[in-house]
Amino acid sequence: MTRARSELRLMALLRPWAALRLALAALVMMASFGLSPAAAQEALRPLINALGTGGFPERAEAVKTLAATGDPKVPEILTYLSDGELYAPKAGGAVYRVGAGNAVTDPLTGTPSEGVSAGSLQKIRLNNTLRGAITTAMSQLTLLSPDRNKRFSAAQDILKSADPAQLSLVDGALAQEKDGAIKSLLESARAVMVLKSDHSIEDKKAAIDTVAARGNREALTILQTALAGAPADLAPLIQGKIDGIARQLALWDVAQNIWYGLSLGSVLLLAAIGLAITFGVMGVINMAHGEMVMLGAYTTYVVQQAVATYAPGFATFGLAIAVPTAFLVTALIGIAIERGIIRFLYGRPLETLLATWGLSLILQQAIRTIFGPTNRQVDNPSWMSGTVDVGGLAVTWNRLWIIVFSLAVFFALLTLLKRSRLGLQMRAVTQNRRMASSMGIRTPYVDALTFGLGSGIAGMAGVALSQIDNVSPNLGQNYIIDSFMVVVFGGVGNLWGTLVGALSLGIANKFLEPYAGAVLGKILILVLIILFIQRRPRGLFALKGRAIEQ
Amino acid sequence: MITDFLLSRHEKKTLIVAALILAAAILVPLANLLTPVGSILHVPDHLVPLMGKYLCYALLALALDLVWGYCGILSLGHGAFFALGGYAMGMYLMRQIGARGVYANPLLPDFMVFLNWKELPWYWTGFDQFWFAALMVLLVPGLLAFVFGWFAFRSRVTGVYLSIITQAMTYALLLAFFRNEMGFGGNNGLTDFKDILGANIQAPETRAALFASTALMLALALIFASAVVRSKYGKVLIGVRDAESRTRFLGYRVENMKLFIFTVSAMMAGIAGALYVPQVGIINPGEFAPANSIEVVIWTAVGGRGTLIGPIIGAILVNFGKSIFTAAFPEFWLFALGALFIATTLFLPKGIVGTVMQGAKNRAERQKAVAAEKGRAVSPAPATVGTPEPQAAE
Repeated sequence: MTRARSELRLMALLRPWAALRLALAALVMMASFGLSPAAAQEALRPLINALGTGGFPERAEAVKTLAATGDPKVPEILTYLSDGELYAPKAGGAVYRVGAGNAVTDPLTGTPSEGVSAGSLQKIRLNNTLRGAITTAMSQLTLLSPDRNKRFSAAQDILKSADPAQLSLVDGALAQEKDGAIKSLLESARAVMVLKSDHSIEDKKAAIDTVAARGNREALTILQTALAGAPADLAPLIQGKIDGIARQLALWDVAQNIWYGLSLGSVLLLAAIGLAITFGVMGVINMAHGEMVMLGAYTTYVVQQAVATYAPGFATFGLAIAVPTAFLVTALIGIAIERGIIRFLYGRPLETLLATWGLSLILQQAIRTIFGPTNRQVDNPSWMSGTVDVGGLAVTWNRLWIIVFSLAVFFALLTLLKRSRLGLQMRAVTQNRRMASSMGIRTPYVDALTFGLGSGIAGMAGVALSQIDNVSPNLGQNYIIDSFMVVVFGGVGNLWGTLVGALSLGIANKFLEPYAGAVLGKILILVLIILFIQRRPRGLFALKGRAIEQ
Repeated sequence: MITDFLLSRHEKKTLIVAALILAAAILVPLANLLTPVGSILHVPDHLVPLMGKYLCYALLALALDLVWGYCGILSLGHGAFFALGGYAMGMYLMRQIGARGVYANPLLPDFMVFLNWKELPWYWTGFDQFWFAALMVLLVPGLLAFVFGWFAFRSRVTGVYLSIITQAMTYALLLAFFRNEMGFGGNNGLTDFKDILGANIQAPETRAALFASTALMLALALIFASAVVRSKYGKVLIGVRDAESRTRFLGYRVENMKLFIFTVSAMMAGIAGALYVPQVGIINPGEFAPANSIEVVIWTAVGGRGTLIGPIIGAILVNFGKSIFTAAFPEFWLFALGALFIATTLFLPKGIVGTVMQGAKNRAERQKAVAAEKGRAVSPAPATVGTPEPQAAE
């Protein structure tokens, strides 16, 4: 009272303009208290100073209180703390930051603190509880960050820790959140918190529903932990949800296996389809088929090198250039092989098998001599790398593109066979070579083109394989026996047989793998095919007619 | 009767080759053991097992010729029977090591100790006895061939389809034997052998004896195979090769004929493998590789299939060439082998022996024709099925 009165007296004594200036200054001060961060930060100071006093539990409390303010300056302070840069006098009191070179600064403003030496201070030590508290606090704070990625990872963190004490914080964040993915994470986190705390049964039931709706492995673990400490009237509900999720996950596993199987099957389809053509139309077993695949992969490598050297801007299109190049290169080599070797061996399939085997040895050794025995690096273009999640499926882009590519090749080939003149002639030669010849079809010409086509497709398969397998001289060897199995299983002379054969072998392989292991699964497949051949010696889709028996 | 069967009706050239092999069986060990080092007649120690190896390959090629040359079954899986015979012998040799292994376990081979196995798997019992192992050398490949052939021939899988599934068979075995859980040493196979029948396996005398037994076995197999193919059964077999459907329509049980020769051939391949392992000192899953089985086919083709002596000559020639080549120009061996495959099928479809025989036959016919032109009476030759001429089996 006395003080106010004395001020009044003072003001009365001063000249009017001075009084006005004083009032203005007060106004500015008041405005700054509401608007200026600097002033707001001053409110943090006692909270920061609390970090330097008491034992670990008290300090953890202090961290929580600090975080609860939601001030944008807090993450910085907490980073100092977790980096071990915050110091306090032994007796307690103001907290300072000791940075590089023992420079003592004020943690809030960053201005050097004169007259305080680092030697008189003691580092604020951390333990795991405190570190945990800091991490949670940081994620709470970043939950409200304008950066979407930061919020997303914060939401993930908070779901992991799911401390019921943070319930109100999550509620606050939920109210503001617009992003669907983050919102669902937060909702789950909220549900877990509700389950952990002592909410009403109705709330908990709703929470269980929310968690169960996520339907992934995390939800399963959350529910299993919840089941352990659940009251008797909730346990059956939780158990039911757990069973539901487990069933759902099993379904996703089946889907994942089918996806892997389709992926393997499409690779087999690419490798086998050329073989099916040469074998189906010409009755030629081409043991060098795997080497055509290998040549296609090396063509991709050469194209990639050439593009990188001469037109670096087109690097992402290297693969698109490699597809037709590989087709042309291998098709030309195939035609040369047909004209040079195979045409002298028609009607002697076993000899053809031996000659083409010899050829495959030569091609392998030639590549080994030119490019060396080690693997060559073929890069994935950006649009073929990475993964995308579809429900519970992890779909890699390169596998997806290979499936698309192999189906495209398959249907293009089917159209060629059914709609074009060459296709008509090829089918005629397949069904009855002598009759076709009598009708004026130049069978040697058809043979050469057919062999070229089959080899060209093998070359394109090589382009695809270069994306998922090692490009080495032995590349073809790994696929040749599998391709034969596909052709034998599917039946010759019918492309649909090859498609069904490749996909079913691929899927069967991937379904056996979890139970029998990769190697045993493959052995089982081979045994099954050998048994299958006993039942249907000419494959699933056998050609019928009198031309078949010799 | 059996001696009758074995000693009658052989061609002269078969007997000559058999005699040559028997002579080698005696002379090579003598030249190795009795002549001093440095003498012209001396055969160095390292050559004895190498030559023994060639003879094992020759026996394998002979076995393949029985099914391919005379029955038209192109087996791309004969290496599997060879390797199975080898593994049976290898298991006996492993058991003979006893407590002299690295881990000095009297019962378990080293690799089992290494894998922490506590007891011998049931299928290893009995392999400490030589007679049992010898029986298994015949039975295991024979049984596999019987079961496989029974399924394959009964449902009339022929031609390239059969070739491909025999290849799949050996590939499946390759994958299986690579697994440690199979109990056959996995990747490393069986090795570090010490004794065979109580004799040190490294000693020159043992190696000479092994060579002699290989040569003896090869000569016996040649006589046996020749007796088989020149018997009535052998004639039907050739009929199956050249016209399977016709032979079936004549009332022969084609599948039984094929099954018999396939099983016999697999057993011969097993014997070859069993003799191979002690001379080479190791057996590993690599022997199951499909490439190996195809190589056997090329030895047979180079020598001349359907001649019995051709495959023996082919196997020795090609492997001798391989030894020379891989030492002198290692990177060119595959070029040479590949070229050999192509050249043989294109230019020498009958193989060396077949071509020579064809030449001799042509000469004889020309002489007959010349004689006939001169007006002399020529007694007509009896219309027998002469030398079998290999033809492509479709």
